[in-house]
Amino acid sequence: MTAVSTSGPAYPAASSQLRRLALPLPWLATAALPLFLPGYEPLATQILVMIVFALSLDLLVGYAGIVTLGHAGLFGMGAYTAGILSVYGITDPLLTAGCAMLVAAATGLVFGWAMLRTKDLTLLMLTMASAFLLYEIANKATWLTGGEDGLQGVNFSSLFGTFAFDFRGITAFYYSLAVLFVVFLAVRALIASPFGWSLRGIRENSARMAAIGCPILKRRVIVYVISAALAGLAGALQAQATQFVALYSLSFELSGNILIMLILGGSGRLYGAFIGVPAFMFAQDLLAKQDPANWFLGLGIILIVLVMLAPGGILGIAERVMAAIRRRRGAA
Amino acid sequence: MGIPAMISRRLFGIAFGTGAAVLLAGALQAQAQTVKIGVILTYSGRDAALGEQIDRSIDLFVKLHEKELPQGVKIELIKRDDTGVNPDLAKRLAQELVLRDKVQILTGGQWTPNAMAVAALTKEAKIPFVTMTAGGSAVTLQSPYVVRTGWTLWQTSYPLGEWAAKQGWKNGYTVVSDFAPGHDGEAAFTKSFTENGGKIIGSVRIPLKTTDYLPYFQKIKDMNPDVVYVFNPGGPQATAFMKAFDDVGITKSNIKLIGPGDITASDELPNMGKRALGVITMLQYSPAATRKANVDFVAAWKKEYGANTVPNYFAAAGWDGMRAIFDVIKAQNGKIDPDATMKLLRQWKNPNSPRGPVRIDEHGDIVQNLYMRRVEEKDGVLANVEFATIEQVGDPWKVLNKK
Repeated sequence: MTAVSTSGPAYPAASSQLRRLALPLPWLATAALPLFLPGYEPLATQILVMIVFALSLDLLVGYAGIVTLGHAGLFGMGAYTAGILSVYGITDPLLTAGCAMLVAAATGLVFGWAMLRTKDLTLLMLTMASAFLLYEIANKATWLTGGEDGLQGVNFSSLFGTFAFDFRGITAFYYSLAVLFVVFLAVRALIASPFGWSLRGIRENSARMAAIGCPILKRRVIVYVISAALAGLAGALQAQATQFVALYSLSFELSGNILIMLILGGSGRLYGAFIGVPAFMFAQDLLAKQDPANWFLGLGIILIVLVMLAPGGILGIAERVMAAIRRRRGAA
Repeated sequence: MGIPAMISRRLFGIAFGTGAAVLLAGALQAQAQTVKIGVILTYSGRDAALGEQIDRSIDLFVKLHEKELPQGVKIELIKRDDTGVNPDLAKRLAQELVLRDKVQILTGGQWTPNAMAVAALTKEAKIPFVTMTAGGSAVTLQSPYVVRTGWTLWQTSYPLGEWAAKQGWKNGYTVVSDFAPGHDGEAAFTKSFTENGGKIIGSVRIPLKTTDYLPYFQKIKDMNPDVVYVFNPGGPQATAFMKAFDDVGITKSNIKLIGPGDITASDELPNMGKRALGVITMLQYSPAATRKANVDFVAAWKKEYGANTVPNYFAAAGWDGMRAIFDVIKAQNGKIDPDATMKLLRQWKNPNSPRGPVRIDEHGDIVQNLYMRRVEEKDGVLANVEFATIEQVGDPWKVLNKK
């Protein structure tokens, strides 16, 4: 399995004492954000939700080697599940988030079981088709989803019965941050587990993995279902934070955007999602403010330059710089 | 002098400087009252042309009327792009405009789904929201902080159904874009058409993002109704609809095409070409109207944006929206109180709008004249020529559903 080490740092071996101490710092800094940047909570919450979503995608793209252009389908399933439940009177945030995870996981199981027999381009097309299918169903079933108008009457009750989802978005912010932290720990544990390593093995050489007795399809379906559940959780978070669900949450645009954000940060690196999502969304926020009419152009140019100059994403650049420094030190 | 003394002196300097700056800023604020207005429109994507109409109207109004503002009062427009029908984005943009940019008035509200989402938010934020061109009746019911300066689909479709039935047309067919305004238009036309003796023999709702209309329209041709009621949200879609009607041969047949004025939007007529000749629509505004207020408006527009551009009904709605916003700013001398603003807005009237006399009623909806127009060629240019007026129509839906 020599090929594995080329993609990203071999994670468990590298956790030095220093790194362990440094780990909580970004989290604490983020938690203090409302003090320093009041008014940015909605954007920050959006970023946190998208990081959860990107982490779920990284499991597929970065670790299992399943490239998908339909991940928003699962995100949207979660968002609509939570939203629709709240419209019909089941408004507890944690309960609806749990239901959203279940529904998304079930969807992932059905689609995954059917799609993951194929690979490469066929699989890519199927993932796209699956999301289009869900989008069209939601678009047509206006009595349930509101169609283009969006789901009306979404209203979640207070978190733990005490923290209402306020207009400033403080509750939504800390709630999303807490969920992200738990998801981060779970994903980190998963990719460090033997199961996680077997996924990387399948990604690098599935024929060889099959030869040593690894049930390829089963492993791939399992990771797809886990990823679907996390995507559904992100969707539910989004519905709760914005108290609204719209067709965008199922759209191809979102599927594409989240993939771009992940690749921008660096896929298969765990922290790629934490870098790519804020970079993309801050750039978007800034550019859209500067020039409401032509901001897509600016975003497009930045992305083209990054893809051409930094195939491994932002973390890829960082790694190359680190490697160069290390080499120089070794030479000295 | 020790280091601590130096630091404390520096700290004192900083504290003093900050204090002075705060005082100065306070003094400046008292002198110059800046009213921040958040504008959420579609600036990118397929329907950016519609957003541009409103945006140009807003800018032109501010340019021509800024000097009317009371001494020391300034306005600042903060613009945001909702990229199209995208209610969750519109809602977040509104939230950020209120929290981050501290806007005191929200406007724009181009799309009904977006306006619904923003309106719901204004209830908690207590920020007056002047929605300009969202046509779904329910928008103004979302919050006490919303008024509308555009139109509703019930307004432009309910009287049209009666008119169509009175032409002796018996069999009707409805084709609408599948979102709230489309549903409203379909319901309004169907109700008044059937109440006056007509019969609807078929209806279809076309998804907003569809680009291939032929299969839908072929079926209409085969059913051969007397009249087809059409609604789409104007802009490039209106032209695409008209081309598809032409392709299946409906424009050349005996089937009459009617609908709210969106389907023959004046700025799209050059793109539609002669296919659109004879289509009859009902709308509150046509740039071809000869009222003085309108002639002046169109002239100012052409001077600013070029002789071959023309303001459409989106622009007219934006123009009146800015007029209303300016009027409440003037009435309060630049100090915007949300509740007082809403009180003023709900009594707002303008006898001299480019589209004739308009006012806002107790529902927050606009009351205005509606004009029957036919697409005709005037001096080699296609125009929506007004041929009949229905005076001072409010939102019929609110009247019909009054408890």
